[in-house]
Amino acid sequence: MKSLTNRKKVVSDKPMTFTEKLYLWAIAKGMMVTFKHMLRKRKTIKYPEEVRVFAPVYRGMHVLKRDEEGRENCTACGLCAVACPAEAITMVAGERQKGEEKLYREEKYAETYEINMLRCIFCGLCEEACPKEAVFLTDRIVPTEFERNDFIYGKDKLVEPLDHRIDITKRQHTGKRSKI
Amino acid sequence: MDTGLLIEKSVLVVILFLVSLGIAAYSTYFERKLAAWIQDRVGPDRAGPFGILQPIADGTKMFLKEDFIPKNADKWLFIIGPGISMFTALITSAIIPWGTDLELFGRTISLQVTDFNIGILYLFAVLSISVYGIMIGGWASNNKYSLYGAIRASSQMISYELAMGISAITIILMSGSLSLSEIVEKQHGMNWNIFYQPVAFLVFFVCSLAETNRAPFDLPECENELIGGYHTEYSSMKLGLFLFAEYIAMFISSAIMAIMFFGGYNFPGMDAFSGNTLAILSVLAFFTKTFIMIFVFMWIRWTIPRFRFDQLMHLGWKVLIPIAIVNMLITGLVIALNQGWFN
Repeated sequence: MKSLTNRKKVVSDKPMTFTEKLYLWAIAKGMMVTFKHMLRKRKTIKYPEEVRVFAPVYRGMHVLKRDEEGRENCTACGLCAVACPAEAITMVAGERQKGEEKLYREEKYAETYEINMLRCIFCGLCEEACPKEAVFLTDRIVPTEFERNDFIYGKDKLVEPLDHRIDITKRQHTGKRSKI
Repeated sequence: MDTGLLIEKSVLVVILFLVSLGIAAYSTYFERKLAAWIQDRVGPDRAGPFGILQPIADGTKMFLKEDFIPKNADKWLFIIGPGISMFTALITSAIIPWGTDLELFGRTISLQVTDFNIGILYLFAVLSISVYGIMIGGWASNNKYSLYGAIRASSQMISYELAMGISAITIILMSGSLSLSEIVEKQHGMNWNIFYQPVAFLVFFVCSLAETNRAPFDLPECENELIGGYHTEYSSMKLGLFLFAEYIAMFISSAIMAIMFFGGYNFPGMDAFSGNTLAILSVLAFFTKTFIMIFVFMWIRWTIPRFRFDQLMHLGWKVLIPIAIVNMLITGLVIALNQGWFN
C-alpha cells in the first residue's frame, strides 16, 4: 500500500552483525544521550519561590465579591449549589435586618456559605450560574492543609476583604461586571 | 612493637572509616542529583543549600524508623546479614594504597593500612564473603522475594567473580606481583595499565558492576520484580546498612579499578614534586580517578535498562569468561615472547 505520510518503516528481523552484538557502540550512544540531558537547562519551576504565569482565565480559588460600596453581592439564591456538578457548595440564607444595609446589597443574604475545596473540580459552573455576579474563580491557588476539615472554606476565607479587593477583570468578561 | 606505628595506623584506619562513610553518604546524594539531571529534573534541593544536608536527613530518618524483625525470620541471621555486608565493604579499604608516603613528625607514614603481598587475593576473598551478607539476609527474612534476591545475588557473584579474576590475572602478569602497592608503582607517571589492557579493563568493569549489584546488573534487589529483593523485609538502620554497604562497595571497586587500570595515585608529571606535596597531590589524583569511576557507575545506572537473568548468565559465562581467558592467554604469550622464552 502506498504510504500517505512517508513515515512508514519496513520492519526487519535480520540477525545482528558482530559489531551490533557487542552492544558497545549502542551503549556509548545511549550514554551520550543521557550525558546531553545532564547538561540541559532544567524546566522545573521551584513552586514556592517561583510561580508559573497563569492564563488570564485560570480557574483557581473562589471569591465572593462585594459591590462598589462594599456590600456583599450574594443573595443565597442557591443557583451555584444547584449548578455545581461536584456538590461542593452549601449555604444557609438569612434575612437582612434593619441597619445592615451597608453589609448586604439585597434583603436576603448568605449567613453561611461553604465550598469544600476537596470536592470542587474548579469547572467554573458556579460562576456561570450566578445571577448576582457574586461568585468568581480567581487565579489564586488553594493552599495545602493537614486536615480535611480545613479545606471547607467558609465566608471568612471566601468573601473579599474590604481593604484588599480581588481583581476579577481578567475573567471572561460579560460586559456588565463591575471593575472592582 | 613500635607505638608510633600503632598510633599512625589507628589514625589512618579511623580516617578511612570516616571517609568511606562520608563518601558513601554523599554518593547517595550525588546519585540522586545525577539521576535528576539525566531526567531533566532538579533533584534534592530542599535540605540546606543545594540540598547538601540531604544525606544527613536521610540518615536521621533511617535511625528514627521502627526496627522491625518479622515473626518467622531467623532473628540472629537477620541481624548478622547487614553486619556482614557492611563489615566486608569496609575492610577492603585496608589494602588500598591511597598515596605516596607522607612525612610527618619525622616519620615516614605509608598511606596504606597494610601492604599485603597478596593484596589482590585478599580483595577477591573479601568480595566473595560480601555476598554472604546478602545471602544470609535474604534467607533469614523468610520471604520468597528476599530468597529470590539472595539466590540471584549468589549465582551472579559466582558467574562474574570468574571473569573478574581472570581479567585481574592479566594485570598480575603485567606487574609480576599480587601486591597492590607494587601494581601501582609499576604504573609510574602515565604508564597506566589501561593503555595495555583495554579489554581486561572492560571485562573487569562489567564484572565490577555485577559484583556491586549496580544497574544494569541489580537483579538481587530489582525493585519492580522483587520489591527490593534481599532487603524486602528490612527496615530502619539494618536497611540503611545494606544500602550503605552497596555505596561503600561502589566506592571501593572504583578505587580498585583506579589502582589496577588507571595508575592509582600516579599522575603525569609527578616527578616534578617530592615529599609531602607529592603525597597530597597523589591522594588528590587518586580520589579524582575514583570519583570519575563512581560517576561512570552512576551514569551507567541511569542509562542502561536492567538485564534479564538469562541474559545476565549468558553474558557472564558465554561472553565475558571466554574474552577474559583469550585476553589472558595473549597477554601471557606476549610477555613470554618479550622475556625470550622461545629463543
